[in-house]
Amino acid sequence: MSGSPPHRQRQEVQRLLDALHTETRRSWTLMEVCGGQTHAILRHGLDQLIPPQLELIHGPGCPVCVTAAETIDRALALAARPEVILCTYGDMLRVPGTGPSHLLEARANGADVRVITAPLDVLAVARSHPGRQVVFFAVGFETTAPATALLAHQAWSGGAQNLSLLVSHVRVPPAMEAILTAPECRVQGFLAAGHVCAVMGRTEYEPIAAQHRRPIVITGFEPLDLLEGMLRAVRQLERGEARVEDAYPRAGAGVGNASARALITKVFTRCDQHWRGLGMLPGSGLRLRPPYDALDAARRFPSAARPDTDTDTDTDTDTEGCISGLVLQGLARPDACPRFGRGCSPERPLGAPMVSAEGACAAYWRYRERT
Amino acid sequence: MTAPLNLPCPISPDDGPVVLLGHGGGGLLSQRLLQQVILPALGTTDGVLLDAATLKTEGGELAFSTDGHVVRPLEFPGGDIGSLAVFGTVNDLAMLGATPLALSLGLILEEGLPLSTLSRLLRSAAAAADRCGVSVVTGDTKVVEKGKADGLFMTTAGIGRIPAGVSIGPRAIRSGDVILVSGDLGRHGVAILAAREELGFSTSLASDLAPLHGSVQALLAAGLDLHALRDLTRGGLAAALHELCRDAGLGALVHEAEVPVHGAVASACELLGLDPFTMASEGRFVLMLPEAQAQEALKLLRRWQSGAAIIGRIGGEALLLETSLGVRRPLELGRGELLPRIC
Ligand code: SF4
Repeated sequence: MSGSPPHRQRQEVQRLLDALHTETRRSWTLMEVCGGQTHAILRHGLDQLIPPQLELIHGPGCPVCVTAAETIDRALALAARPEVILCTYGDMLRVPGTGPSHLLEARANGADVRVITAPLDVLAVARSHPGRQVVFFAVGFETTAPATALLAHQAWSGGAQNLSLLVSHVRVPPAMEAILTAPECRVQGFLAAGHVCAVMGRTEYEPIAAQHRRPIVITGFEPLDLLEGMLRAVRQLERGEARVEDAYPRAGAGVGNASARALITKVFTRCDQHWRGLGMLPGSGLRLRPPYDALDAARRFPSAARPDTDTDTDTDTDTEGCISGLVLQGLARPDACPRFGRGCSPERPLGAPMVSAEGACAAYWRYRERT
Repeated sequence: MTAPLNLPCPISPDDGPVVLLGHGGGGLLSQRLLQQVILPALGTTDGVLLDAATLKTEGGELAFSTDGHVVRPLEFPGGDIGSLAVFGTVNDLAMLGATPLALSLGLILEEGLPLSTLSRLLRSAAAAADRCGVSVVTGDTKVVEKGKADGLFMTTAGIGRIPAGVSIGPRAIRSGDVILVSGDLGRHGVAILAAREELGFSTSLASDLAPLHGSVQALLAAGLDLHALRDLTRGGLAAALHELCRDAGLGALVHEAEVPVHGAVASACELLGLDPFTMASEGRFVLMLPEAQAQEALKLLRRWQSGAAIIGRIGGEALLLETSLGVRRPLELGRGELLPRIC
């Protein structure tokens, strides 16, 4: 009893499952790019219902867990300043930096850290605290970048003196490229995240599909959406096709949102970005471009926040036994990790994919029985 | 019950050296705080400190309970901290089958709280007590400096009488018992989140806040053999089932498709990335009793809440959820503070 009529949904699910079982004739591997998809697949147990020849590989797509540990350190350093109010999304609060501490702990120790769900709320915080410095720690894929861009634009044009941004937005296509060019790559097709495409459209995916000969199917996050996406990807693979296909038309994922894209281009420029677990990926980040870079927290607080591009260390993958690099590239499943449940858990994560609730290791932790 | 409670590490390296907000969220962190810090320090060794305790007296058994209330905002759709403080304690007593006899009310007031607000909240507490047929017989008032409290904190304690022959608690749970919930889940949690402006979403839902002793007394009057009851406050259904199963030393299977969740709660949870199974209710409980009595209990419960439902059964070693697509997986316990996620 959760919204949609369960009986009809279950019948539809069965119809798609039957089609998948009849039409999957050979072994295929599909990667779902986004952590939200991984989460939904495990939560509903879809991986246990699909044909055994169809293997799902979990992608790197959780913007929270790929945020570089050094960036979290910067957020912690900013939050520690008495004049600063640090605003960010809720699930950033548990992510540790290079050490074990996180923003929740900083808050318990007296830092003013506030959870927001919409970046424009930060503007209101800044207005009501004229004597404080308000910093927005902005993370996320192309989905949340337009809202950050809007905040930056309004703050800049309104001449806000006490608002700045620590930006760590990441772009999905460079991560897909990186995964496909890794020599051990086993991914034969992608389920691309519908909410990213609802902003960006499909054009960035066309060259990836063509060049690497991989089908890319845009899907939503409900069981029916994901199964429909898998079915269409399998059909392409069985026929030897490699196209971008939109299995999520209700979100307008094919064309995207032109004004949101324009806003991103107006406020941000692409930059190389360090991903936790994947390393430095060229052109995979967004940073403020002039004149908006006047709002860069690194400028306002030079000692606490330097730009991300200075960093090319990879602190988290050094943790002994953690195979997060392999998990993030789809080369190993979380339950194959020797530290999974043995020293690594959501309360004390050793690597990126256990850090946020949507990381692949965390999804296995929550939804699979542990031995 | 096995993991997640038997984590190898003690609290300090996992959770840091200070109390986090999540320690009060009713999830994993709360359970660890209780088991690894509070109970050992109080010298309570058997690991069980129920929301209400039973006291044997010459005149029969009494139930005794205490509860602190720190809700923000103080007034929310469907209730306020005054009615919450009264119903919360009455409900803890009701979960032992007790009829409330008397309440105490402790107030911690923050400098600057408008007296009009205070008297409004107290009148609400009085009306709630009246509705439960119980009086506030003692109390205490302290004032703290501005900034040291969220306007007002309330602590209530209550005493109730347990009818002869009634013995409700996790140790009475048996394999094969049927699990019922007394209504749909999570309205209180969603109403409170919506009432906090910072989350920027709104809903027409009101809290489910309500006294539960009436429905429990009706179940007892019908002669039903109630094995265990637990109200679904912080941590929601997931925390209640984890605790009951752990204390009973048994597993359970819950059917997701049978668990009642209002559409507006489901969509708010989807929007914010939260799980309705871990959202708080303030007027719902979970009930375990023998299979032969399940239908009769359901019929009675539906007189109070049309959403009451049979959701599963006790048995096995692990607490499992059968998803609405028919796959079984562990029923996860929330971790602590509710943090809306980004995507
Ligand atoms: S389970 Fe933990 S240690 Fe293993 S790969 Fe995942 S994050 Fe790393």
